[in-house]
Amino acid sequence: MPTKSDILNLYFMDARCKLLEIAAYLDRLDRHEGEGDFRQEAFLSALEAMQTPPAGQSRAQTVLNTLSDHSTSPAESASLQSAYGAPGKL
Amino acid sequence: MHYIEPHGHMVSRTTADYESIAQAGCVALCEPAFWAGYDRSSPAGFYDYYRQLTEYEPRRAAQFGIDHYCWLCINPKEAEDPSFAREVMSIIPEFLDCPNVLGIGEIGLNKNTKNELAIFEEHLEIAQKYDLPILIHTPHLEDKLKGTKLILDALKNANVDRGRVVIDHVEEHTAPLVLDQGYWAGMTLYPISKCTAARAVDILETFGMEQIWMNSACDWGVSDPLAVVKCALEMKKRQHTLTTVQKVIFENPKEFLSQCPNFKVNQLLQ
Ligand SMILES: [Zn+2]
Repeated sequence: MPTKSDILNLYFMDARCKLLEIAAYLDRLDRHEGEGDFRQEAFLSALEAMQTPPAGQSRAQTVLNTLSDHSTSPAESASLQSAYGAPGKL
Repeated sequence: MHYIEPHGHMVSRTTADYESIAQAGCVALCEPAFWAGYDRSSPAGFYDYYRQLTEYEPRRAAQFGIDHYCWLCINPKEAEDPSFAREVMSIIPEFLDCPNVLGIGEIGLNKNTKNELAIFEEHLEIAQKYDLPILIHTPHLEDKLKGTKLILDALKNANVDRGRVVIDHVEEHTAPLVLDQGYWAGMTLYPISKCTAARAVDILETFGMEQIWMNSACDWGVSDPLAVVKCALEMKKRQHTLTTVQKVIFENPKEFLSQCPNFKVNQLLQ
């Protein structure tokens, strides 16, 4: 099995690049006019939640769970929209 | 190294893509019936699609030594109108004797609606009536968790043989739900909305190498027909042995598919 150092060698540069993409995306949102929506709030919640995942959940599971619809009954009908990536409606 | 592509939508692909996957070692490909990028206007549109899946695609694949198989159903994206869906479902039995048909799929949910769920349950009845394995599509993004739970409840109520059901497009939050209940799981390597190669290897390392396969989906969207072999390379970078890689990309799908009466290992391997 690879060591932590092997994992760093394999993935650090890629993860660093994606981290910067997230930072620049948040800056971009800050810089532009208008109102955000539920997606922005869900994104920030997921970012925060993954730093201290609940017991028994990985960080990836925490992000996915934060961005999931947790209702349990089937919907009455399908909306025309496809999925947004976070629970809510535009 | 040879492999099976257990989930690819070749109707959206060029013949050059068949050539590329054959060059990469693909010996068999399974094509579930799904949405074709647009809503079909009549059941006759599905009749033609089933002919494409059972006649035309096998011929195209055979030119490159690939065995082409398919799964039949009306997909959940076009199942919101139950009477239309039932008309399409009535066509399915006449295709079940075609030599490349594996079972019923990819059925499941798209927007987790009551109508989708009713049609999903009626497909389970067809599979049970004809004693066929089942391939299940789980919804995308924020709908996946809820949809997976609704699907698992419906499967439990229908009392299906869990070892003959594969639930596809699992991610970190749904893989344990599926595997812990004894179903097979499929991971779809579709970077924007489903799973990257690195995460797929994480899922294998976390939840084990049993009852799981990976696929490229390779449909009309931005997708990659070579995603499975690229993920095999990712496994090698993570120091998995060639035996383990071969298990995930060939032996596991072979084990599941061998439960389908029409599946045979490619004669080039015999
Ligand atoms: Zn599919």
